[in-house]
Amino acid sequence: MKRFLYELEESWKIAAAQMRSNMTRSTLTALGVIIGIVAVTLMGTAISGISIGFDNSMSVLGDDVLYVTQWPWKPVDDWWNYRDRKKIETDYAEKINRIIAATSNSNLIVAVPTSSLMRSVKYEGNEVDGVFTLGTTSDFTLTSTIDPKEGRFFNEIESREGAQVVVVGYDVADALFPSESPIDKTVLINGQNFKVIGVNTRQGTFLGLFSWDSMVAIPLTAFNKYFSSKSASDVRPGGASTESDVRVKVKDKKKLAESKDELMGIMRRVRGLSPEKREDFSINEQQAFKSTLDPVKNTIAIAGLFITGLSLFVGAIGIMNITFVSVKERTKEIGTRKALGARRRTILLQFLIESTALCLLGGFIGLAVAYFLCFGIGKAFPSFPIQFSLGLVVTSMVVSVVTGLISGFAPAWTASRLDPVTALRYE
Amino acid sequence: MDGPQSVRPVGPVVIDIENITKDYVMGEETVHALRAVTLQIRRNEYLAVMGPSGSGKSTLMNMLGCLDTPSSGRYEFNGRNVKEMDDDELAAIRNREIGFVFQTFNLLPRANALRNVELPLIYAGMDPESRKERAAQALNDVGLGDRIHHKPNELSGGQRQRVAIARALVNNPSIILADEPTGNLDSKTGEEIMALLEDLYLRGNTIILVTHERDIAAHARRTIHLRDGLIEMDHMGFIPELDAAIAAT
Repeated sequence: MKRFLYELEESWKIAAAQMRSNMTRSTLTALGVIIGIVAVTLMGTAISGISIGFDNSMSVLGDDVLYVTQWPWKPVDDWWNYRDRKKIETDYAEKINRIIAATSNSNLIVAVPTSSLMRSVKYEGNEVDGVFTLGTTSDFTLTSTIDPKEGRFFNEIESREGAQVVVVGYDVADALFPSESPIDKTVLINGQNFKVIGVNTRQGTFLGLFSWDSMVAIPLTAFNKYFSSKSASDVRPGGASTESDVRVKVKDKKKLAESKDELMGIMRRVRGLSPEKREDFSINEQQAFKSTLDPVKNTIAIAGLFITGLSLFVGAIGIMNITFVSVKERTKEIGTRKALGARRRTILLQFLIESTALCLLGGFIGLAVAYFLCFGIGKAFPSFPIQFSLGLVVTSMVVSVVTGLISGFAPAWTASRLDPVTALRYE
Repeated sequence: MDGPQSVRPVGPVVIDIENITKDYVMGEETVHALRAVTLQIRRNEYLAVMGPSGSGKSTLMNMLGCLDTPSSGRYEFNGRNVKEMDDDELAAIRNREIGFVFQTFNLLPRANALRNVELPLIYAGMDPESRKERAAQALNDVGLGDRIHHKPNELSGGQRQRVAIARALVNNPSIILADEPTGNLDSKTGEEIMALLEDLYLRGNTIILVTHERDIAAHARRTIHLRDGLIEMDHMGFIPELDAAIAAT
């Protein structure tokens, strides 16, 4: 064991001396690994960024909320079966709440209606088009991770009376009020005056998934009064038809399936479906969405890592090549070492450590480069959720070592198998 | 029959070779580099192996140095059967029992004298402090106590060979195997190196000298002549007339 340690130490010294004396060669070879590690690290960062982006967007949905919608949250082949379903009405929420209140031991807490439309929002000279405008009740705060940066969400009275108040998302506020506080200012939504009472904290957007940053929320009563028309055929110029759904918060997210069954029963009653009829609505939860998105996320991750992994592979070939050259050049030295009592293992170790040291050097530099690139990207695109973690550092170091070991193995094995007589005679 | 110097009493058998052969297959042809060589070498001997090129001298040296194993025959080193050893056991024998001195010195160019001499001790698993001490002592013994931090390219040929000899000595081997140790040196430096070997011999080391130079072989107390893979002559001391007669044939 002790001997092994001394041999190890000796091998590291040789590797260091070797790199020093072949500076150009070592640098060029390490460059391959540097590029590989930078590529893999950046890809890893991007992937974890994407993942965090997904999760952020997902958390908006809440993991203890069920969504009653016309369309299911998963791809369907028989879309025609869903197209003609009745729209979800916002007043279902009230009916559901009444049934929940009348049910003892209900797994559900509260139902909240939401309606949404794309609308433009204006303040003095500034205008933002296509803002996701949400009409809901004050209970909305129960079903969402909404978090005001300034001000507050609208209260029950404002909600019931249809007060012309609005809670704006971070990006909307930023665009309309670049240099002042939006609170108590009056904005125009489709020509109607709304007083800003709250601004949400920045959530970060990613791939255009749900985000509060580009939304505004107003009381549903006001929404219905000004924007929504009861007829489904209503298509005003510049506006699509209203999308409504009902979200229901459950008591215990561990009993999501039971809660879903309960809500299913309630909705059938609300819709007045006879037992033999199929549901003409869908009940969704975050998980369903996640299971649709996860394969996409994984495919991106695998494809990305594979492609960047190729560049690391090319770097590894470079290391292998240079180690073969090194073995060839130092055949006589290997012979001498063997004559002095170096065993096969010793020689194997020596060249493995040389290739590993090169890879580690490349890994360190690559990691540093990647770190600065990440830093730069983070500064340039603040909305991109880039993540440079300790795990990534450890992983890339492990990858470097493994690359070194793998690429060094063939040459090191060749060296360890050299016949001492032949090696000594080699010129 | 005595040579110029007196023959000291010798110790127990270190190398015991009986009827060893070594064949190399070169394409279609089989080369018999050694045919039935029988030889005993005892502790405290000073032996020269002579012979023209192609006589099997190098092959015999590789056998004696445990760099290679015989095709057939018996080879015992300190009573241990070399023929049946695997690579690692041979490496251990080379490390502890044999000190090599090469014609081309074979020092590691980027390591200083001390580190070169330390090398066999590293492979023997000695701790850093004792091995530095031992290596410095060995360099001191060959008269290079003031050069231990010099790299080979900062040393003269003679000094390099002294480093190599210190390296060969450092593990207290049973034999020192010197292959043409003066081949790359001028005659004056060569004589200095031979004087050093003589000194080592007088201090109790066993030396096997492989050479084709008669002047060099003349330092040994026993000489064997190889020809065509066989020992042609094995005699105590060095007899110039005899050697000349052999050379003439």
